[in-house]
Amino acid sequence: MLGPVLETLIGGLLTGVLYALVALGFVLIFKASGVFNFAQGAMVLFAALSVARLSEMMPLVVAVALSVVIMIVLAYAIEFLVLRRLVNQEGIILFMATLGIAYFLEGFGETVWGSNIYKINLGIPKEPMFFFESVFPGGLLIDREEVAAAVGCAVLVAALAIFFQVTRVGRALRAVADDHQAAQSVGIPLNTIWLIVWAVSGIVAIAAGMVWGSKLGVQFSISLVALKALPVLILGGLTSIPGAIVGGLIIGAGEKLAEVLLGPLLVRWFDLAGGGIENWFAYMLALVFLLFRPQGLFGERIIERI
Amino acid sequence: MFYREAGQFKTTYKADQAIFPIVQDRWFVIGVLAFAVLILPLFANQYLYTEVLIPVLILSLAAIGLNILTGYCGQLSLGTGGFMAVGAYAAYNLALRVPETNLIVVFLFGGVMAMLVGVLFGIPSLRIKGFYLAVATLASQFFLEWAFARVKWFTNYAPSGSVAVANLELFGIPIDTPMRKYLLVLFIVAVLALAAKNLIRGRLGRMWMATRDMDIAAEIIGIRPLHAKLSAFAVSSFYVGVAGAMWGFLRLGSWEPLAFDINRSFQILFMVIIGGLGSILGSFLGAAFIVLLPIFLNQVPGLLGIPLSTAMVSHLEFMIFGAMIVFFLIVEPHGLARLWAIAKEKLRLWPFPF
Repeated sequence: MLGPVLETLIGGLLTGVLYALVALGFVLIFKASGVFNFAQGAMVLFAALSVARLSEMMPLVVAVALSVVIMIVLAYAIEFLVLRRLVNQEGIILFMATLGIAYFLEGFGETVWGSNIYKINLGIPKEPMFFFESVFPGGLLIDREEVAAAVGCAVLVAALAIFFQVTRVGRALRAVADDHQAAQSVGIPLNTIWLIVWAVSGIVAIAAGMVWGSKLGVQFSISLVALKALPVLILGGLTSIPGAIVGGLIIGAGEKLAEVLLGPLLVRWFDLAGGGIENWFAYMLALVFLLFRPQGLFGERIIERI
Repeated sequence: MFYREAGQFKTTYKADQAIFPIVQDRWFVIGVLAFAVLILPLFANQYLYTEVLIPVLILSLAAIGLNILTGYCGQLSLGTGGFMAVGAYAAYNLALRVPETNLIVVFLFGGVMAMLVGVLFGIPSLRIKGFYLAVATLASQFFLEWAFARVKWFTNYAPSGSVAVANLELFGIPIDTPMRKYLLVLFIVAVLALAAKNLIRGRLGRMWMATRDMDIAAEIIGIRPLHAKLSAFAVSSFYVGVAGAMWGFLRLGSWEPLAFDINRSFQILFMVIIGGLGSILGSFLGAAFIVLLPIFLNQVPGLLGIPLSTAMVSHLEFMIFGAMIVFFLIVEPHGLARLWAIAKEKLRLWPFPF
């Protein structure tokens, strides 16, 4: 019994890392500009599509580099065409604008790159690995791609942490995240900062898109996977990078365990047509969690004044 | 010159508290209703009924529901599709299990069940707000969608998971032609929209608006947040539930949970934002805009004689739809209702600007 449960747990944690990758992009933008960027999922899809299609024509490394350029251009376009014109609007208006961007990007990506299912080949062998064969009968089965994704994610987070803590731009970003007006008054250009965070979360989207793309194949459903990043986000707190990672792990592990352990029970008790509680469990977990801690695990304490 | 309230004196309290205090507004509303009831059926064809008029009206009702919650009470919700599904499936089950029930009662029952579920999912709003709440309402959306797909009792053990209604009738009159469906929808929507317009002028509406503008301040002047927020969730879900029941019964006829998925929630949120937050009229304008835009975009390549594959058309539709939304938000973030108000203000002075 323990073996399969542990296997599910590890599988769930590794999936959680992938959720965290998507959530990271949300957090970066929300922190720096207060925009709840619903287009992150579409950006992941767009990035994955461009990597997949470009890597058909050139080596993977070049394709990724070119995709980075594309995402930076995209960030510039979004900043210049949309955000700049919506400065000082309420949060909900900006949120709706990103929904509009999401629709646009989904259509645009499929118009430019085509709408079939594409494959990204990261050059990682497909066959899973086995661990602890001496401890459990049959050992633990772990997907190599997911391990690679976890390592990649760790490297990315480390790089982001260094970027945020050490560099001059990173300091400016943190200043803007703390207080827009104060940052502006000491001479930090807001528009440039926004351009940078959108570009960085575009690059995070490339990483997420490559991993998801090699796992699921690059297709429309990737932008739906991004919806799963939302409970991760509110569980961890909208403004916290460690929160996104921890939230991702909790959600990933929680929903896989729930599917395996709770699913069959629910099916038996309520006479269901199949389980599939993965679809909502993450949201319910986050919802129940929020009842006790409204700002998420690591979110900033909400202080309200009149 | 014609739109001016000069000379209209309010001599009684009744006149002062009229829903449409300006005579011209009153006539305008009566005119629109008369046009919808008397003139439209003279020339409308089946396509116009089933693809334009009925969807616009039903989705307007759902948009009014969401507008009560988001526009008037300030609670952002992404679970509209789920609540519509509750309305549709509750109505289906009542009609199935008690076949002699009046159709209007069936719809209202759908609304009441959605109301109960809405209050249940509204409880978190007492603790969390803003985008946290928006994501929390996604929980209701996904959970309800899942429940109607998996719990066999709701779909009466249909093997395909889709349910169908047939042989609708009201007071002995069969509701079978598109025109009859349209008139029934029009009647229900008009009554409920009027009720909503009344509701938001009263105590309840003022409570909601105070909560929206600043909930802590509202609490300090003596508005119970529990009362205000949960009543907004209740009324909103009722409207959305009735809209869902009508969508299932009068628009689709047979449906599965996919008809009420997350995209439906977004669609209705778009209607509310494009139409104008905090405006009943805006809900209608927004619904008309969002329903008509894809139809229009679909026609354009054909009209211009550009040969495009259907896949291409649907991608372009996505692109243009997204771009239009962003464009609209940039040009007029307060929605079509604000444009309408500006036009009215201009009309008041025209043609003598001073």
